[in-house]
Amino acid sequence: MKALIAKGSIRRNLVVQLAIVAAILSLALFWLVRGVAERAAEDTQDNILAASATSIADAVQSGSDGITLELPYSALSMLGAISQDRVFYSVMIGGETLTGYDDLPTSDRPFSTFEYRGDEVRAATVVRSVTLDSRPSQVSVTVAQTQLGLAAISSRITSTTTAIAVGFFILATALSLVAAQSALAPLRRMTQAVERRGPDDLRPVVTETPTELVPLVGALNTFIARLRTSLSRSEDFITEAAHRVRTPLATVRAQAEVTHRRLTKPEHRQAMRQMIRAIDESSRSVGQLLDHAMVTFRADSLSAAEFDLNEVLAETCDRLAPTAELKDISIRRSIPKTPFLFRGDRILLQSALGNILDNAIKYSPEDSVITVSSGGGEQYILSIEDQGRGFGDADISTMRQRFSRGSNVGDIVGSGLGLTIADEVVTSHSGTLRITKNEEGEGACVSLVLPV
Amino acid sequence: MCLARITSLIAFCAFYASGPAWGFEVEGNRTYAVDGAISTLRILSTADEAAFGPIIEAYQSSNAVNVDYTTASSSEVMKAVYQEGVTFDLVISSAMDLQTKLANDGFAQDYKSAPTAALPDWAKWRDQVFAFTQEPAVLVVSKAFFEGEILPSNRNDLIQMLRENPDRFRGKVGTYDVRTSGLGYLFATQDSRNSESFWRLTEVMGRLEPKLYCCSGQMISDVASGDLAFAYNVLGSYTESRLPTTDGIKIAPMNDFLSVMLRTVLIPKTAQNTLAAQQMVDFLVTMNERTDVVARSGLPPIDPAVLAKNDALRPIRLGPGLLVFLDRLKRENFLRSWTNSIEQN
Repeated sequence: MKALIAKGSIRRNLVVQLAIVAAILSLALFWLVRGVAERAAEDTQDNILAASATSIADAVQSGSDGITLELPYSALSMLGAISQDRVFYSVMIGGETLTGYDDLPTSDRPFSTFEYRGDEVRAATVVRSVTLDSRPSQVSVTVAQTQLGLAAISSRITSTTTAIAVGFFILATALSLVAAQSALAPLRRMTQAVERRGPDDLRPVVTETPTELVPLVGALNTFIARLRTSLSRSEDFITEAAHRVRTPLATVRAQAEVTHRRLTKPEHRQAMRQMIRAIDESSRSVGQLLDHAMVTFRADSLSAAEFDLNEVLAETCDRLAPTAELKDISIRRSIPKTPFLFRGDRILLQSALGNILDNAIKYSPEDSVITVSSGGGEQYILSIEDQGRGFGDADISTMRQRFSRGSNVGDIVGSGLGLTIADEVVTSHSGTLRITKNEEGEGACVSLVLPV
Repeated sequence: MCLARITSLIAFCAFYASGPAWGFEVEGNRTYAVDGAISTLRILSTADEAAFGPIIEAYQSSNAVNVDYTTASSSEVMKAVYQEGVTFDLVISSAMDLQTKLANDGFAQDYKSAPTAALPDWAKWRDQVFAFTQEPAVLVVSKAFFEGEILPSNRNDLIQMLRENPDRFRGKVGTYDVRTSGLGYLFATQDSRNSESFWRLTEVMGRLEPKLYCCSGQMISDVASGDLAFAYNVLGSYTESRLPTTDGIKIAPMNDFLSVMLRTVLIPKTAQNTLAAQQMVDFLVTMNERTDVVARSGLPPIDPAVLAKNDALRPIRLGPGLLVFLDRLKRENFLRSWTNSIEQN
């Protein structure tokens, strides 16, 4: 199977996009906060400049000897109180400078910003009318201040705002990481749910699914259902085929037996015996295929009832004793009287034990002993030990696979399904199939290890 | 001469740079040479050589720099820098208002260093004007005149005393002529800001045929000789330095308020030897660490501890507030009121 090549990552895309949004918001926050704060600082300076100009304008008096002005001390000292900026002022009357800096530009607007004596200044202008020589006249007071104090405030505001914006960005990005993580959690949950499944688990996925993933899960479930249908169809086919073949085989065997008895020529009898043996093997294989189909079916929907494992073991020995006798093989039973109570599918265990014992008989030489034993304790161990040729140097771990046979059994016909059936039964009962070499000389020992 | 000074003062206060180029009036010039000097520091100052000489010598002991020291009155100093653009490396003046104006109008350059940073906030402005002395205006009295009497401790007591004994004090009262003395004007305007009693005092003194002076030195001498009963607003530093050698004078401990003049230094924008100027500024602002120099010059250094001990001491605040009394109209009005009060006969 071709390995999946990952292209792009939802999480990375999500984080990057959220980070971009956070960066845009941080920038907006920066401009906004700085704008508001600087506006406030500028307003403060404007207000003080206006207060200064107003207090000077209020001090302008017209008397008998023309216009007089007592420049209030506070008018300029208040500007010195907020910053160490340079201060300029002028008092104009009818276009003539009454006092102050006569080159200070005046403006019609209440506030203006311009260059004066090498620095940018902010100026406030207040216009008042006074009576001069019994004619109304306009007095214009302009107070200007350089903006170094404001620049210092502005730079403080900028650095504070930068810190806020950077902090916001870092926090937002961290939160977006968490958000991406949690947004992808259902996906991870589902992946785990699918991964945890056994190899034969073809039930539909029923994990809690967010709306966005419902179509995907639906598609997956449909796919599983199709796979399941397809698998069961092929199993059905095999079962059906086995069924159809079994009955004719029995008929053929019976006919072959009859014919064998009738034949007189030794070479004919020999051929017929071989034919009968082949028919037997075929029947056996068909039986195993049916067993396997049954195991597969029943393992999916395990029926659980309590029964005695020892009783099943004894029954199996009884059932196969005639077959063993044909090869002069004696079955030695070492089964305790106490019942080993177990919850599971009795028929499946019968089938598993039957297949193992059948294998043992098949691969044992004539006139040998097969030991059937069971032991309790922390777990039940049902062992069948023969004196056959064992499994040679074949890898024991692969012996459980379907149609896998030992490397040293070329002369004996077999399907290789026996151990597979046993393994599937044991696994579906949360147990293990243990295959070891016979401790005493030749042979193999196959054990079903089942939980108590 | 006095008239010329008034005119010039008024003229530059009106900020007119028109008219013929005036040479500013130099009072003294001396060059302090030193062996192996690498440069010359040109100082324009209002402090006389007697007070500043020891400072220059102490400065030269650690800096191989020739010092060219020019003295002039505060208004001439202002004129030289503001109108004539004379190039000096350092401008030292007791006229805080004029120094502030020089800085405000862009004639000073910035300087920041650890010593200037250590100055209290009230002793510097814009990192351009640095104070290096704190000199209160005091009431100097004649010991003989007030023999066995309780000295006035505030302005109201002084006014009452003058009112009650007009004949005794007639012709025996001295103060600055604020029309000619920049320092006198600074003290008077600050007094007028601090207390209403200033105008009453001026009024009362005016009735007593007061003697008006240009400088502290003569006032102190006249008090010592017994020509004056007291002199008002005399520079405390000069009085202190004269006390050990002058019999018959005493400082009356006024406890309502004492304006404290800060002698300031600034580096003009046109300075040539900026490095030496900066070294001199650092030396001046850290003068409180050099008690030997302080003792010889008689100039009290910046010391917040001294101010903390006597809460009547009020340092004149550097800043745009000082520009108010330089306003042409304000000055005219003030001088008119003052003249009307002081010259009643």
